[in-house]
Amino acid sequence: MGKKEKLKFAFYWAASCGGCEIAVLDVNEKILDIVARADIVFWPVAMDIKYKDVEAFPDKYIDVCFFNGAIRTEEQEYMAKLLRKKSKVLVAFGSCACDGCVVGLANLWNKETIFERAYSETPSTENPNFVTPKTFLKIKEGDLELPEFYDTVKTLAQTVDVDYFLSGCPPPVPLIIQAVEAIFNNKLPPKGSVLMPKKSVCDECPREKKDKHLSEIKRIYEIEDDGKTCFWDQGVVCMGPATRAGCGAQCPKINMPCTGCGGPGPRVKDQGAAAVSALASIATGPEVVNQAVDPIGTFYKYSLAHSILRRKVMKK
Amino acid sequence: MKEIVIDPITRLEGHGKITIFLNDQGNVENAYLQVPELRGFERFCEGRRAEDLPIITTRICGVCPVAHHMAGAKAVDAAFNVEPTETAKKLRELEYCGYFIYDHILHFYFLGGPDFVVGPDASPAKRNILGVIEKAGLEIGKEVIKHRAYGQRITEIIGGKATHPVSALPGGMAKALSEEDRQEIEKMVRSCVEFAKFSLKLFDDIVLRNVDYVKLIKSEPYALKTYYMGTVDKNNKVNFYDGDVRVVDQENNEFVKFVPSEYLDIIEEHVEPWTYVKLPYLKKVGWKGLMAGPDSGIYRVGPLGRLNAAEGMATPIAQKEYERMYKTLGGKPVHATLAFHWARLIELMYAAERALELVSDKEITNKDIRNKPGKPGEGVGIVEAARGTLIHHYQLDEKALAKKVNLVVATTHNAPGICMSIKNAAKGLIRNGKVSDGLLNMVEMAFRAYDPCFACATHFAIGQMSLEVKIYDNEKRLLKTIRR
Repeated sequence: MGKKEKLKFAFYWAASCGGCEIAVLDVNEKILDIVARADIVFWPVAMDIKYKDVEAFPDKYIDVCFFNGAIRTEEQEYMAKLLRKKSKVLVAFGSCACDGCVVGLANLWNKETIFERAYSETPSTENPNFVTPKTFLKIKEGDLELPEFYDTVKTLAQTVDVDYFLSGCPPPVPLIIQAVEAIFNNKLPPKGSVLMPKKSVCDECPREKKDKHLSEIKRIYEIEDDGKTCFWDQGVVCMGPATRAGCGAQCPKINMPCTGCGGPGPRVKDQGAAAVSALASIATGPEVVNQAVDPIGTFYKYSLAHSILRRKVMKK
Repeated sequence: MKEIVIDPITRLEGHGKITIFLNDQGNVENAYLQVPELRGFERFCEGRRAEDLPIITTRICGVCPVAHHMAGAKAVDAAFNVEPTETAKKLRELEYCGYFIYDHILHFYFLGGPDFVVGPDASPAKRNILGVIEKAGLEIGKEVIKHRAYGQRITEIIGGKATHPVSALPGGMAKALSEEDRQEIEKMVRSCVEFAKFSLKLFDDIVLRNVDYVKLIKSEPYALKTYYMGTVDKNNKVNFYDGDVRVVDQENNEFVKFVPSEYLDIIEEHVEPWTYVKLPYLKKVGWKGLMAGPDSGIYRVGPLGRLNAAEGMATPIAQKEYERMYKTLGGKPVHATLAFHWARLIELMYAAERALELVSDKEITNKDIRNKPGKPGEGVGIVEAARGTLIHHYQLDEKALAKKVNLVVATTHNAPGICMSIKNAAKGLIRNGKVSDGLLNMVEMAFRAYDPCFACATHFAIGQMSLEVKIYDNEKRLLKTIRR
């Protein structure tokens, strides 16, 4: 990347909550440094650039595209493919794009059962004829269209080729600044790298580990936390050992266990499997492992879409 | 029939669009705000651990995660039949005030406010935070950034994380506030009180002293006579974190006042096939389509909804400003949609004053922050999110896993009102097939007043809105495109 010409950045969001965008705002005054060194050519939250303009960009026109959000609708899939084509470097930004995040838990269901709950079953909904949103609708005034809602949530890398991953929900601000610095200084690691420390959350956690055997699993509201001892030693499931660091162990520091938003730790292929094996290795017997209620929501809260399991098979 | 698609492309493409249909005379027949995304939280929260619900549901919205965290925490409190300790409640409310401070600053200075501060006729390129800085000065711009960051920091100290906080759990809070942190918060909050005063003065100088702006606020296309809803304390004063929910009618009479567990008797949601968002209404009045007035169950929430639904503010400076707003705009309730901006600043004042009361309270650093949860059951939690009343309803099984989850989010309540405001604004500007170039600005101002955060359904909350209007003739030939 040449030093004379300003770099071209793009930001895009798909199925996400907007928190990744807030994390970008949270660099506060540093955003001015970034803008001084890079032109932002596409940023739906802030700029007047349309899809059409992106379509008109030459291929590889964008130097770095930060893509947040999972892929849930046909429109999001289209944008992922378009931005891949137009970008030299594509960064999966945040837990949704990297791992599917909690939105990926929808893979325990499908479109039909999600619609059923949202538009019919919920007790405040009054919908006796089970009207549901339609992708194409003729009304008396004309036609209205909505994008198709898919059965399965996909991560960005399951949709297109991704160059780098920066997870977290949202990505920690210091890691965002580091990544941008690496881009400016032409010091990006090899393609496929995770732009986060090669550590697990435990490595950043100040709590004392006694490596006790675990004879009973407890829920966080059932214990009197002393604020100092490892949650596992207190009987509480903590995703720290299986989760990528970079957050500074914020949750354990406020006396709540890590729930895994940083995604799989270094050398971990499947975050949930790694956490279950951590549990199995200290449990005094199989009955202890069985005490873990809602294993999917506990161990795969942020990574179901990305995991080996990926989704529940629905019987037709 | 002509079709006008306003695709607010940059922030709404893929996340929302407005379609306006004209009748054969070329006047507005109908306007649709389409929310094109759904994520399905009500389904995939089923089976999750109760204590995870206040954490998972924050991901509904990264702009207002604290609201979901607190509504979730209150719903699990209720489901476990446990009342948090007094200190825990105060800590939660203090964190909540931090959230209102950053969120209302974000909206006024970055999103909606530029319409007024820079001016509705200013070039779109200037109608953003940079334009505000240019008009008000760089020093003020720095103050804006500083105080938004203060709000985030208060949330981070108490909640553990600024975005997606985690520290509220059944029966209270996970960590007590240290004296050191208390002092840091107090310093920030004192500064926020001054900044809120400054913001109100800025609004006074730039907006209220300008006869044209006041005329615009009071003008017919921006008025909508609906019911209003908001949470109030025992004295019917606005409260963000706790209280009963009060609804007033178009003439300021109390229509109903209810406790959270009764919400299903009051609110119902209607489904339309052209949008993924549901349309709520007052059950007793009924769904009569997109129309205002006493016979239609449509109500509005958010800053103006709350101020209308209450009888005042619980802190002194905010109360004075409250009285001034109603005096200036001709008594209660105010139906002028653009008054949402003013109401938002009065709430910023209240949030800062209330935060100062809480952080100065001797009990705030007490270590008594949790009560023991009882047996799992069913519970409803209601808070006021920045954009309006937020309802979480959980049913737990005997293992304290979620059996059923129902959510009625803030912007959803306002979805019918937003559709009508757009229609009214468009009506005033489209006559006999002639579309005024001012349409974009005015339609945009109409719905931006609500600060619609469709992350809670989709997303169009942050940054400068950009719009495209396409006008088609009967044969679907493109006649005209207005973009910016």
